Amino acid sequence: MTTAPGIELKNLTVGYSGNPVVSDMNIEIPGGKLTMVVGGSGCGKSTLLKHILRLNAPIEGSIRIGGHDVFSLSGKAFRCLRQRMGVLFQDGALLGSLRLVDNVALPLREHTSLKESRIRDIVRHKLELVGLGHALDLYPNELSGGMRKRAGLARALVMDPQVLFCDEPTSGLDPVMSAELDQLLLEMMGHFDMTMVVVTHDLASMRSIADYVVVLGDGRCLFQGTVEELEKQQDPYLRRFLDRKAHERDTPRLTMPPIDRTKMKLNCTQLLDEG
Amino acid sequence: MSRVLEGVATPFNALGTVCLHVLEEMGALFIFFLDSVRLMFAGWGQFAKTVRQIYFIGFQSISVIALIGLFTGMVMGMQLYFALSVFGADGFLGTGVALSMVRELAPVLTAIMLTGRAGSAMTAEIGVMRISEQIDALTIMDINPMRYLVAPKMAASIISFPILTALFNLIAITGGWLTGVKLLGANAGVYWYRVEAALSWDDIYGGFLKALMFGVLVCTICCYEGYYTHTRGHAGPEGVSQSTTNAVVKSCVIILMADYILTSLLW
Repeated sequence: MTTAPGIELKNLTVGYSGNPVVSDMNIEIPGGKLTMVVGGSGCGKSTLLKHILRLNAPIEGSIRIGGHDVFSLSGKAFRCLRQRMGVLFQDGALLGSLRLVDNVALPLREHTSLKESRIRDIVRHKLELVGLGHALDLYPNELSGGMRKRAGLARALVMDPQVLFCDEPTSGLDPVMSAELDQLLLEMMGHFDMTMVVVTHDLASMRSIADYVVVLGDGRCLFQGTVEELEKQQDPYLRRFLDRKAHERDTPRLTMPPIDRTKMKLNCTQLLDEG
Repeated sequence: MSRVLEGVATPFNALGTVCLHVLEEMGALFIFFLDSVRLMFAGWGQFAKTVRQIYFIGFQSISVIALIGLFTGMVMGMQLYFALSVFGADGFLGTGVALSMVRELAPVLTAIMLTGRAGSAMTAEIGVMRISEQIDALTIMDINPMRYLVAPKMAASIISFPILTALFNLIAITGGWLTGVKLLGANAGVYWYRVEAALSWDDIYGGFLKALMFGVLVCTICCYEGYYTHTRGHAGPEGVSQSTTNAVVKSCVIILMADYILTSLLW
């Protein structure tokens, strides 16, 4: 039986400067499960995440995490809730001026009175969990994209969060590394009792690790349920998205004639022929 | 008729909008400054961060300030010697160099140099952190970005600007002695006597007060521009470069405006 909190979005409309991006969402994200929020580029996945994290205020509606209304909580109460959340940002968002060990140790140093030796032990353990036990003293700019994401994951996990949010964890990674990161997220789910919300447009990732799926598109929530239920859907938008089909066009894409090479400032044809 | 009225009203509307925007920005800057000052004293952790910033803003600027101070003093010594010797008043060279440096040039030039060297770096650093979600990450980790990033810079600026101004003064007055006395032949004893006699404690306090004010203004403007990079017209790297340019230009203009106001009030 999980103790990890669920997340409930009621009549939620999110957007910027009063302009809605996704409207009227009623979503229940189950506690202790890995939920994936998927949808095309620009459909409002990251915007929704920023609202759940109270980085932006919604236009309408409410967000409840573990029964607490995020936007009604007082500053201090929300800080307590926030300390139970971890976030893995798209590029890790590690602080460039700090070594990896200091990046991961930062929340512990700020919010606990643990001794430095204990903090170092915890940090080493978390970094070993994500396979970066050897990189403690490196700076973020010395790490590859995949390593930065794993380091970001270690930092997100360092306070043993009850809810972990991941923003596009596999974007920009090759398929092997994406699969490894998915595996790592699953291992973390097994290791810690937590609710995980992953924002992504990686369908392979969704099919391999999601317990629950929320699909956004067309300015609204199109679907919520399990992967199996999603695969059975016949809605044309969902089918196009799931089958990776491009929009059909009425007019041909290539209507412009090719550039006349004789008008090039550098006569490349002649130069290349001359060797 | 209504078109005529509209034509008359449009420039006033535009002026009103600009005035409101300026007032809004000034209000936001003032709140930003108060917040950073309040958070300067938020725990012992701030001390180490402030020391690191003093090293960056203060210690690493010493060579630039020394160089600028030396050449400003040397030029001042030379120009004043030529001007004063026309009237046979070259004995007052020390007075001219000391007063112009301590009251005006040292605080202003130090602040402008530090805007270029440290202020622009503050804006760029905070701006890059903003666009790469590092500030969001701090917020999510429940670490106040104002406390973590801005307050130590503010404390370091308040400490570093007056100290570097004092250094500028010393080196510039020595520069005036080098050209006026060593190169052009003014009397060394008279030069140093005039330096000492001309300066009162009011001049020195006034110079330091200016340096302190400039430090606060430069740090507030530069950190503010970086912190709100994402709200500017351009996002991404272009937004950071725009914010950095804005910060340097605004800081330099505000330094000169504040210098006039402070000079009018102090002396």
